[in-house]
Amino acid sequence: MYGYTGKILRINLSTGDVKTEALDKELAKLYIGGRGLAEKMFSNEVDAKVDALSPENKLFIATGPLSGTPTPTGGRYMAITKSPLTGTIASSNSGGRWGAELKFAGFDMIILEGKAEKPVYINIVDDKVEIKDAAHLWGKMTSETTKMLLEAEGEKAKVLNIGPGGEKLSKIAAIMNDYDRAAGRSGVGAVMGSKNLKAITVKGSSKPEIADKDKLKEVVKRSNAKIRENGVTGTGLPTYGTAVLVNIINESGVYPTNNFQMSTFSGADETSGETLAEKFLIKNTGCFGCPIACGRHCKVDEGIESGGPEYETLWGFSADCGVNDLGSVIKANYWCNEVGLDTISASATLAAAMELYQKGYIKDDELDGLSLEFGNAEAVIEWTKRMGLREGLGDKMAEGSYRMADMYGHPELSMSVKKQELPAYDPRAIQGQGLAYATSNRGGCHVRAYLISPEILAMPEKLDRFDVAGKPEWVKIFQDLTASIDSSGLCLFTSFAMTADDYADMISAATGFDYDAGSLLQAGERIWNMEKMFNMAAGIGQDQDTLPPRLLNEEIADGPSKGEKSRLGEMLPAYYEVRGWDAQGAPSQAKLDELSIK
Amino acid sequence: MKVKVRLFATLREDRGKEVEVEGKAGMTGKGLIDQMEISEEDVAIFLINGKDGKLEDPIQDGDVISIFPPVGGG
Ligand code: SF4
Repeated sequence: MYGYTGKILRINLSTGDVKTEALDKELAKLYIGGRGLAEKMFSNEVDAKVDALSPENKLFIATGPLSGTPTPTGGRYMAITKSPLTGTIASSNSGGRWGAELKFAGFDMIILEGKAEKPVYINIVDDKVEIKDAAHLWGKMTSETTKMLLEAEGEKAKVLNIGPGGEKLSKIAAIMNDYDRAAGRSGVGAVMGSKNLKAITVKGSSKPEIADKDKLKEVVKRSNAKIRENGVTGTGLPTYGTAVLVNIINESGVYPTNNFQMSTFSGADETSGETLAEKFLIKNTGCFGCPIACGRHCKVDEGIESGGPEYETLWGFSADCGVNDLGSVIKANYWCNEVGLDTISASATLAAAMELYQKGYIKDDELDGLSLEFGNAEAVIEWTKRMGLREGLGDKMAEGSYRMADMYGHPELSMSVKKQELPAYDPRAIQGQGLAYATSNRGGCHVRAYLISPEILAMPEKLDRFDVAGKPEWVKIFQDLTASIDSSGLCLFTSFAMTADDYADMISAATGFDYDAGSLLQAGERIWNMEKMFNMAAGIGQDQDTLPPRLLNEEIADGPSKGEKSRLGEMLPAYYEVRGWDAQGAPSQAKLDELSIK
Repeated sequence: MKVKVRLFATLREDRGKEVEVEGKAGMTGKGLIDQMEISEEDVAIFLINGKDGKLEDPIQDGDVISIFPPVGGG
């Protein structure tokens, strides 16, 4: 096959069986690859009601047809499973180099089944696959594990692994790769931990074949020029990283502070991307094949040097926890990566714990002298570590903010959708983003449909963020296009510069399939509906297409967006209609037929 | 009249973070950026008191203006 390697690696960790299977070409055409294709295959073979942390759940690590090809940002992979955090289908996307390397070894995806009797890791060198003992790695932090595996398997190997967070089945655990890239969201790291799988190392020596090399070259050239010339991908992201957003979101009065109790943060400029670049940045870094290089590499005293922080991470550990100190944010981010937790969920869980403390529900006697007062930087760093290690109150935090707050009788203090923590934009004054949060198929998330782009950043055009008109249509298109971009194996950030036509041409040139912008968007719609069908079968109903009560009922208390609240109720029925779903949010048979979903 | 102008990202180079600008009554956003020698292409987002503004909009005494070049992330 072209673009794809055409091979899938299936590993049963209970029996030690390793098999190679052929990729289903017809299914690949319908679902593109990565997120879409792996989710469809997952839902075909796993019961949606499966206990996410049982051996019956499976974990798919999948690339897209453009991963490992000479396209801009083609280095990505996705971790697909049933989420232990949300109970929905999960697809968590990561950059770095690991995804491309899996393609070089000759595989489009790995399907992991069962549970190893004791801790193991998998070593892949082209078509040679071994399951190896990982007793000496279990309990180790992610960077040390990576170093030890590079020593054991050679410097050229690429390492994907979990930290103590995943081993201890934290529902917000990430899968880390290439030291500091993360498939962060939805607790995919816990599923890996539940299988007693510590790491996967991979080394490959072949390249995926391309259907039409000349055409691919031409599309890549055209797209690279757009990426270079675009103000966001050409200048903003390389210079300041994603954290350049801190000031714009804060100036717009939608920068959630102290667990969404306020929407502006007095310390925003001191903790912004501009200040990060000025005071802590050593260099910017890029994933495989990426001309943008938005990654940060920062250093603080005490020898802590690490990738990040990204905007969402920076927000979570600063404004959301009331911490006005960038050095502490870098440290918390570092520890979060080391223990292997999702930075958005971990920081938002801390923020919820801080509000539980503020309101007197968490008492001092649970805190070992490490007060959870908003603004306590030292506590944020230390509790991040303890959350990953499940020490003391960290044991409750490791369950994520919803379950933790529920243990104190106040689940409403968890700022989450479908139990997954919301990221760094207050949707009360960004109406379309609120609808996108509520309807996301993997729970609280900004990268299922990034309405911030038109509602705040004026791309591709400026929408009135306070208005609800037209938002259901915009959300649908963003959800569908994003599903196809994810599935292709490219980074979503390319979409600031590239259009649906560019993606369609690129995937077509690589695979030999014939996509245009319309059929690409339709593939995205197919993926979205298929995800929805899985979630419904898993028992996730319409009642979960909602926002935390605070965002629906309480007005923003401060700043330029003061007085606003989400008008989700006005948008949701229209959204279901635009999607061709019934009033309960279920896809109609006609819609499923139209999209050839079987 | 006086307005406070907050600048971000690359617009800070040689200009600083925040400047007070003295302008004539009836000045528009366009007049303001011209006076500050900021070219129109460099203005992606123009907020007047935290709300979306246009360059044609009139500026009032005491307004806080935030100007951003193209930025994005997520
Ligand atoms: S834009 Fe950033 S996250 Fe995306 S591939 Fe490039 S470096 Fe990685």
